[in-house]
Order: sequence, then structure tokens, then C-alpha cells
Amino acid sequence: MKKYRFTLLMAALLALLAIPPFLKSYGVYLSSYWLVFVIATMGLNLTVGYAGQKSLGHAAFLGIGAYTTAILLKVGISFWLGLPLAMILCFLVGLILGFPALRVRTIYLAFATLGFNTAVWLVIRNEEWLTGGTYGLSGIERPSIFGFSLANSLVFYYFILVVAILLGLALWRLLASPWGKAFTALRDNPIRAESLGIDTRRYTLLSFAIGAAYAGAAGALLAPLVQFMDPAPFTAAASIMMYLMVVVGGAGYFFGPLVGAAVGVVLPEWLRFAQGWYLFAFGFTVFALMLWLPDGLLSIPDQVRRRRLARQARAARKAINSSSEVRA
Amino acid sequence: MTPILKVKNIAKRYAGIHAVADVSFEVMPGEIFGVIGPNGSGKTTMFNSILGQIAPDSGSIEFKGENMTGYSPIALNRRGIGRTFQTLQVFGKMTVRDNLLVAAQEHQGTLVSRIFAPGDSGLGPKADNLIDQFRLHHVRDKKAGELSYGQQKLVDIAMAFMSDPHMVLLDEPCAGVNPGLVGEISRLLKELNRSRKSSFVVIEHNMDFVMDLCHRILVLVEGRVMAVGTPDEIRADRRVLEAYLGS
Repeated sequence: MKKYRFTLLMAALLALLAIPPFLKSYGVYLSSYWLVFVIATMGLNLTVGYAGQKSLGHAAFLGIGAYTTAILLKVGISFWLGLPLAMILCFLVGLILGFPALRVRTIYLAFATLGFNTAVWLVIRNEEWLTGGTYGLSGIERPSIFGFSLANSLVFYYFILVVAILLGLALWRLLASPWGKAFTALRDNPIRAESLGIDTRRYTLLSFAIGAAYAGAAGALLAPLVQFMDPAPFTAAASIMMYLMVVVGGAGYFFGPLVGAAVGVVLPEWLRFAQGWYLFAFGFTVFALMLWLPDGLLSIPDQVRRRRLARQARAARKAINSSSEVRA
Repeated sequence: MTPILKVKNIAKRYAGIHAVADVSFEVMPGEIFGVIGPNGSGKTTMFNSILGQIAPDSGSIEFKGENMTGYSPIALNRRGIGRTFQTLQVFGKMTVRDNLLVAAQEHQGTLVSRIFAPGDSGLGPKADNLIDQFRLHHVRDKKAGELSYGQQKLVDIAMAFMSDPHMVLLDEPCAGVNPGLVGEISRLLKELNRSRKSSFVVIEHNMDFVMDLCHRILVLVEGRVMAVGTPDEIRADRRVLEAYLGS
């Protein structure tokens, strides 16, 4: 990792550790909420940004993770069992959702996953005996670790931060392994990838499954964070919003979810000063970003480098042309 | 000597028209076998039938004595068949070195063991050797998509050799490259053929390249084999001159 990137990363980490104690309770809650979406979009970034699959069903996995943990907590099962179970369940459901991706691609796959999201949302809303339906599930308690309660908002924030860092490191390792190159090959050119012996079917399924497991972990943290679960955060619109977070941050950029989730979760809150106009301001900001930065905010250094290279190439061409004119 | 590749009576129709009709040939170990023919003669269809990209209507393909008709491109690659495509097929956002690493990583260990493997799968020195052999060392860490067309073509060809294949099928390796690079590609392929003893099947329109490189040449016209022979025999074949070379 380049030195300036490492310095930037350490500065960001320091900020994440040092700033929250100075925030009001809503600020701490919002930071925790943002981290939950960072984890969820890390998974979606793997599916969409690295493996190139179009998934609009990610909120469903967030919901499956959240309700699995919430229901288990309600029946007295430990959060420490609920979290891995939520991840495993989402991994398995993600594996199943990956199968349509073996048959259809692009917008057709996006619609298939959108349909899946709607189906899951309907189950959450209608199966009142299990999920509480529109009344939701309330009184979800925050866990304790070795007798130390994580109930305090600030403590729970740090807990989510630790989980986010651990999952981030796991994803970093995965992407640095040969799997990372296989996902990129699958995204950039599946036919060439197959000709090199890369089993694109397996990697497609795994990209969905691992991405879903991350959303499952995020959901498992969301339930005790909010302490109340209803179907509203898991609609198809929420999936579209999560996809937007990945794209705005920079699909296929490792730190894209940090920035993208900030735009999707924190920016609307910052824009509340605009009162009735805040959604318009948010919409316009996203519109402008997509128009001028379609590869996301983290693509800015790459764009600057590409422009510099193009400028140098133009200057070199000009120099060659003028020297050949002089010779003539 | 037993042939490494036996293509027997391969046929493929599209909408009732024979793209390839009853094509048979054999390639010997270490041989460079050329396939020439006018546009639309069925060269690429035949290539894709061998490589599992399309299913032939009839006929069979044997590689090293094993019937591999209808095998997927993945299975064929795992058994030692490499290929290049007519158009550039590098992974543009990866570096040159990563393009070479990804070209052979699936031959190392199992799916699970590859999660814990180092990023280069232990293939770094091998990739570096091939990069040096292809004279790409100065662009080793550049993204492949940022290279010139000719450099990308070299990366594309180098990728096919990373997994030490027993046979490589090259689809128009000289398409769109300048005459200087054609000579370089020819030199590299001869060197690889000598050092690795692997067999090549080469589709190419550049007659000088094919005549200089190949040990034997097959002429395909309207999906049928018109002639098979050494470059001298093909040059002297009146039917080939009339049907293909037009003189």
C-alpha cells in the first residue's frame, strides 16, 4: 500500500475512534447506522463491483439477517450464535439467488433479484406470527460480551466498528487472494475467464453468497442497534439505495462503501437544514455525481491520472508532428 | 507417433447451411499446424467446435487419446489446451503481471486452498520469466488496458502459455498488428514451440507468417478441407492457388 494511502487510512481510523465521544446521541446512532451500511455495501461491492453481477436484492439479505437475529434473541438465543447463523443463512440463500445469474445477466438479472427482494419483504410483512408483520418486533436487546454490556450507544458503536474492521480485513484478504483476480476476470470478460480454466459458475454463486453473508452480518447488527424491527428498511427501494451507495462510492474500489454509505446515510441528514428541499438537494447531488463521476467518488484520482496521461500523449504527438514539419 | 489432436468428421450447420462440413485432421506433438481459408470458410467455427465454445452437430475431437467432444472451455483448459481469440481479450483493469497470474492460478491447488494462497499463487517467478521473454518487463505493472494494441496482443498470447499447455490454438495472432510485431510474434512462437515442445494450431490470414511458421497447413474452403500439406506443397497446389490465393 502506498505511503499516502496508509496515512489516509490511519487518519480515517483515528477519526472513527476519536470523534464519536464528542457527538450527541443521535450522531453516535447515525455513525453506527452508517457503519452497518458500510458492512452491507462491502458485500454488495463484492457482488457488483468486483464480480460484475447486477443485484438489486441486497436489502432482502439485510432483512433476513436482522430478523434472524431479532427472532433468535426474542426466543432467548444468544446474539453470539445469532450473528453467525444470520451470516450462514444469508450465505445459503445468496447461493440460491446466484443461480439466476448463471442464466441471465445485466438488467434481467437486476429484475430477478428485485423480484426476490419483493418476495422476502412480503414474507416479512405478512408472516405476522414470526416477524410481527407491520407491528414489527420490539424490545430487541443489545448483547453482552464476557459480562460486559454493549447496551450503551457509544460502546455499541465501537463494537460495530470492530466488526466492520474485521469483516473489512477478511474481504481485503479474500480480494488479495487468487479469488479476487478470479472475480475481476469474471466481471471483465467471462468468456476469456472460462478459456483460462476459471469456473465462472462457481465464482458467480460465491460472489452472491459472500455478498449476502456480509449483508446478513449487517442485519444482525442492525437489529440490536435499532432495537425494533419492522419491514420498512428492507423494501426494493432500500436495495436500489444500497446499489446507489456502491456506485456513488466507486464500484470495485475497496473503500468505496465507506464513501458511498456516507452519501446514502449521512448526507441526507446533513441536508436536513434545507427542510422540505432536502430530498431534492440529495437527489440533485446524486444526479450530478452520476453525470460527472459515473465511476464513483473514489475514481477521482484515477480520472486525474488518465487526464494527465492523455495530456502527455497529446503533447508528445504535437512535438512529433512539429519536428516532422521542420524536417519537411 | 500418436497425434495429440484428432479431429474426425466435424460438422456444424447454421440455418441449414454448412459452416463446417466433414472436417478431419490430425496434429502431431510439437507440430505447428496452420489453418488458412478465405473469410467465411469456417475456420473460426471449427476452432470454436474444438474449444467447446459451440457444440458440433456431428464428429468427434480427441485430445491425447481422450474423446473431448462437447467438453466445456474450462475442462479443456484444465486438460492442457490454451487458446487466444481473434480480438483482444486481456483484462484491461488488471496489470500485465496480474493478467498472466490469473491465466494459470486455477491450475494451482483447490478452490478452498486458493483463498489462503498468496496473491500470485506462487506463480510470480513464472509470470516474470514469460514477461521477460515477451519483452514486456517495462510495462509489467501497468494496467493492460492502458497499453498499445501491439503490447496487449503480446499479453494476450503470453496468457495462453502461462499454464504450460500441451497445445495452444491461436486465432489470428497477427490481426491488426504492424509488420514489425508480426516478425516478433513469429519469433516468439517458434521459440516457445522449441523450448516447450507444445503443439500449436494457428488460424491466420497473413500468408508470409503462416508459410514461415507452420510445419503443415490445412486449407479450408466453404467449410471443407481442400488441402493439407507442408508450406511448399500448399504453395504448389494449383487448386489452392485458384480457390484461395486467386492466382
